[in-house]
Amino acid sequence: METGFTFAVAVFFAASFYLLMSRRIVRMLLGVAILGNATNLLIFTAGRLTRGSPPVIPPEASMPAGAIANPLPQALILTAIVISFSFFAFLLVLAYRANQETGHDDVDAMRLAEPKHSPLPPEGY
Amino acid sequence: MALGAGEAVDLAKAMNLAATPLRDWLVIVPVVLPIVAGAVCVMLRNAWRLQPIIAIAVLILVAAADATLLARTLAEGPVVMVMGRWLPPFGIAFTVDALGALFALVAALVTLAGALNGIVDIGEKRRRFGFYPFLLLMSAGVSGSFLTGDLFNLYVWFEVLLIASFGLLVLGGEPRQVDGTVKYGFLNLIATTLFLIAIGYLYGLVGTLNMADIALKVRALPEGAPIATIAALFVVAFGMKAAAFPVNAWLPASYHTPKITVAAVFAGLLTKVGAYALLRVLVMLMPAERVVLADLIAVVAALTMLTGALFALAQAEIRRALGFLVISGIGYIFAGLAIGGTAGLSGATFYAVHSMLAMSAAYLAVGAVERYAGTSMLGEVGGLWRAMPLFAALFLVVSFAIAGLPPFSGFWPKAMLVSAALDGEWPWLAAAMLGAGFLSTLALGRIWLIAFWKPAPAGFTPHGAAGASVPAATLAGLGGLTLLVVVIGLAPEPLAALARRAAAGLIDPAAYLNAVFPGGR
Repeated sequence: METGFTFAVAVFFAASFYLLMSRRIVRMLLGVAILGNATNLLIFTAGRLTRGSPPVIPPEASMPAGAIANPLPQALILTAIVISFSFFAFLLVLAYRANQETGHDDVDAMRLAEPKHSPLPPEGY
Repeated sequence: MALGAGEAVDLAKAMNLAATPLRDWLVIVPVVLPIVAGAVCVMLRNAWRLQPIIAIAVLILVAAADATLLARTLAEGPVVMVMGRWLPPFGIAFTVDALGALFALVAALVTLAGALNGIVDIGEKRRRFGFYPFLLLMSAGVSGSFLTGDLFNLYVWFEVLLIASFGLLVLGGEPRQVDGTVKYGFLNLIATTLFLIAIGYLYGLVGTLNMADIALKVRALPEGAPIATIAALFVVAFGMKAAAFPVNAWLPASYHTPKITVAAVFAGLLTKVGAYALLRVLVMLMPAERVVLADLIAVVAALTMLTGALFALAQAEIRRALGFLVISGIGYIFAGLAIGGTAGLSGATFYAVHSMLAMSAAYLAVGAVERYAGTSMLGEVGGLWRAMPLFAALFLVVSFAIAGLPPFSGFWPKAMLVSAALDGEWPWLAAAMLGAGFLSTLALGRIWLIAFWKPAPAGFTPHGAAGASVPAATLAGLGGLTLLVVVIGLAPEPLAALARRAAAGLIDPAAYLNAVFPGGR
């Protein structure tokens, strides 16, 4: 089962890198969203996949009965999902504002912070 | 071994059953206080005059807590506090050693200087939109990164400081800022995601995220485990965070766009968090891989410091030149990491502390120039030496410190690093450090000559809002940082001894491990 997930992770990463290398902010945003999901899937796979029962101890026992799924990666992913979603939301708004301010969604054409022909420092004293 | 129904489980093995002693709560004070104060400041957004008072008071308390923590770690060794009563490696253990406490203390001082400068630099509108809450939250994120003992928790603190820094960077929403934030946001998000990827692989390999536990398990790994790959991923991720040479494009794109107070705090803190994380992970967790990667890190270090200084020479705007000097400084920390050993690592620690103080002070000083002249373009300002002599003297001290001239704080770590490089097998790295020092001296010397020493160009009229007087709040922040730069320069030995302690703690983490696992593991 891990092998299948590994391929899925690879495909996710490839797609997100392809999108992130674009100059269009909207494509980069999609790349960021996929990158977050690829990473979460990676952590999930790294935590070993088992078809076990949920990690819940029955009330009468003091230990789980059989093999259980590893709860830690799931807790980590839950945190990472929340964080990456909030970042995605922020970047989405930022992209919208950048489009309003600069009139572009092409990052190469957005040169307000680093103008193409910035003046050189004065030569000589 | 399965227990039957009703049999008692020995919880003492996994849980902390006694209450945490009151003095151990000190460990989380630098994180909790700014978060609470940040929330209070959000609620008080209409009482915008009150916000700086709260922020400054809280940051003074945080600095005091960090100082107490540092004193305690020096006296008793690392201090641990476990969260949610679960003992390590199950629960999150905040673990403070000399390195973390030292960095946290300096970070609190830099943030305090920023909060002071904010009184005059940040107007009503930006305060209403949350300058002080963002600053406090960023301070919490930075403190958390320095104090945590859990790798995933480190990621969370990275994200806390990152989202707060997004807020600070875009505050005001000028077109230039929005543009800078787009680049900063995307590239930093990719860096933290790379960090998370490395964490995922490391978890798959060793099955734990507690730093002390990782340190033990990595040393016990069988030959051929793919740990070097993971170490390389960490180097890329933290190198990006620290703005090391090939992956630093986000810094010059964004650092000159926000209000100067924000830039000053960023220059002091953000890149150093990446450098700290790299020191922690590579030296303490993966010492063998640091040796493997040392050559690569040395090349990156040399290129970072040389390109940083060269680009600084090519800038016409003083702010942008300073951004490249921040990058150049990161090269020295990486050089110390590559050299390794107590000599190299203590040099890197010392340099990081110096760079936090001096770079923030430099940005605050440029803020005062802009306040007076209305611009920081070289060739448009001049004669500042006559207009504001006291301030000009402060700027000269800070420039000397950044360029690494004695008797100010930059000289000693550079001397330590060059001597460590010559003692080791790194003569070319020593040459690169001296060359980069020369280039940054040129860059700063030119700023000084043209903006301060040379008479004002014809037709120069200061069109800043205020006269030549530097406001008291700026002087307090700038003067405080400059005072530290001078004191460290004149009496470097206490900080050097502290840096050696911190480096020794990284190289031989026995005390750290004992503090996390008192009963052995």
